[in-house]
Amino acid sequence: MPGAALDILRLEVGYGSVKVLRGIDLAVEPGAFVALLGASGCGKTTLLRAISGFVSISAGEVLVNGKDISAAPPDKRGMAMVFQSYALWPHMTTAQNIGYGLKLRRMPREAIQRRVEEMLAMLKLDGLGDRMVTQLSGGQRQRVALGRALAINPDILLLDEPLSNLDARIREEVRHEIKALQQRLGITAIHVTHDREEAMVMADRIVVMDAGRIAQQGAPEDVYNRPVSAFVAGFMGAGNVIRLHARPSGEGLAIAAGPYNSGAQVAAAALGPGIDPAYTGPVLAHFRSEAAELGAAIQGLDDTLMLQGQVAQASYPGGHYRYAVAVGDLKVIVDAPDRLAVGEAVGVHLPVKDLHLFPDDGRGNAPPPPQPEQRRFS
Amino acid sequence: MKPALAWIPRGIVLGLIVFAVFGPLANLALWAFAEQWYYPHKLPVTYGLRFWNQVFKPRGDALESLWTSVVIAVSTVVACLAISVPAGYALARLKLPARTLIMLAFLLPQAFPSLAVYINIARLFYGLGLNGTIAGVVLVHTVHGLVFGVWISTAAFAAVDRDLELAARSIGASAFRSFMTVTLPLAAPGIMASAVFVFLESLDEFTGTYFVGVPDVTTLPLLMFTASIAGNYQIAAITALVLLVPSILFMLVVERFLKADVMAKVGA
Repeated sequence: MPGAALDILRLEVGYGSVKVLRGIDLAVEPGAFVALLGASGCGKTTLLRAISGFVSISAGEVLVNGKDISAAPPDKRGMAMVFQSYALWPHMTTAQNIGYGLKLRRMPREAIQRRVEEMLAMLKLDGLGDRMVTQLSGGQRQRVALGRALAINPDILLLDEPLSNLDARIREEVRHEIKALQQRLGITAIHVTHDREEAMVMADRIVVMDAGRIAQQGAPEDVYNRPVSAFVAGFMGAGNVIRLHARPSGEGLAIAAGPYNSGAQVAAAALGPGIDPAYTGPVLAHFRSEAAELGAAIQGLDDTLMLQGQVAQASYPGGHYRYAVAVGDLKVIVDAPDRLAVGEAVGVHLPVKDLHLFPDDGRGNAPPPPQPEQRRFS
Repeated sequence: MKPALAWIPRGIVLGLIVFAVFGPLANLALWAFAEQWYYPHKLPVTYGLRFWNQVFKPRGDALESLWTSVVIAVSTVVACLAISVPAGYALARLKLPARTLIMLAFLLPQAFPSLAVYINIARLFYGLGLNGTIAGVVLVHTVHGLVFGVWISTAAFAAVDRDLELAARSIGASAFRSFMTVTLPLAAPGIMASAVFVFLESLDEFTGTYFVGVPDVTTLPLLMFTASIAGNYQIAAITALVLLVPSILFMLVVERFLKADVMAKVGA
């Protein structure tokens, strides 16, 4: 059974005078897996709860298969939600939890039993049906929560950070399981997460949210490689920021040499959607720690930007070394295969195609602090 | 090394506490089984069950007032639950400042001198024809019991995670259905405990019953009062022992039902 199409039009939600969602437009085709990605407080959970009907909306519409359901109560929306806390009912067994929605639909007892067995088998929970949910492990509880939602064959599956309470190792496993199930069943899924990698691995489409608005949406590769704003670039892992100066030159932008950086030429084709090829002025350049190479502090080719710096800190996260390199009064994080001593002078070589350039308007686009460790290890 | 006699002060303190708690109870037990006990004897002169027969004789005062007490207590529990379950649920889901104010309002009847309150209630009830009726006494007990009822059931409902309800709603349960199948069963232990408290309070209540019920409604505490005023210490002692039984039983029940997470939310 294919999932339903979900359309969100100019959706606004406010608590009192505080606006949490400021005009969200989102179209989800049937059977798609969409991840709502953003930092805490960006409105992603509120958006999910507005879709599910737990939060009342102040303006806009939510359409399922073209039908406006904005005023429908949560139980009449054909959706099922999986909660971060799992929200399993401790006074019921695993089977009773999974069968609850079926019982509501007045399904005959044997049919419920069969469906519950089917769900248990699908989620590799065989034999745990009579167990109280309080006796299950975190991973098992997560599966029961998923089973309870899937048992009723919802048109739309809503996932509210369902993996954030799991151990890192189990989480990787469950990611793939959920994705595989969703594809097999053809359900439309909306997944809220603050974990970039989780969103990239699971979703067909990523919606990056910031301050109650959609900052960018698109395929994972697209959002990752062609961020439209400095915020999206930073959130998608291009956490290193340097300030440069650019002016139009030939077919693209020329970057002027500065006290710590060489000059370089960026072809128009290598420019992302975040900057106009005719732009003149200060720019913020975002790049990933794995995009740069460390080498001698001598200028290379025209399409490589070189930063002069000094190793300030070194660590070994596994597979490669990770260095904090001081460039002027900024620090950038760079991954490199070779061992370097702290204090050594190095050149950071950046292919210009890996730079994400954005106009530096001097206000909101202040560089976020570089993140040496990824969030999911915290 | 500890001095060998260090246990003595501790022992004395403990002994005094035990005496303070169990001394009066021992006296009660003695009186219940004393047939003759007069000055200057330190202990009863003769023991026996004569007064027990008198108290429990069929159609006796004691059995009748025990029955009245139980009817009043059960009715009070029902009336309290009818108010405190919906009120507790609503309060538990309210934001804090408003919740505190409303819950303090339920404390108000306790804040004034009860004699003054009950005399005026009696006056009012007299005009309404409620004086000397079981219904009148139940009303008075209900107002008194609502404090426990509302405070404890609010805590019990607040201890039920909102997501548990939302999970039921999201897979198709109406608000009423999710309340009946998820919220209420999970809050039930706390609500049971509040019902037990209300029952015991009603069983023991004296002042309000005295002003509103006398002379037509006689509960066990009133009977005990009358007996001891008249010098029938045996009757008073036996009535008191009878009143102790449900208290002890229910305390054991409450202790099993009330979990720490609910207690922590009382008044919060």
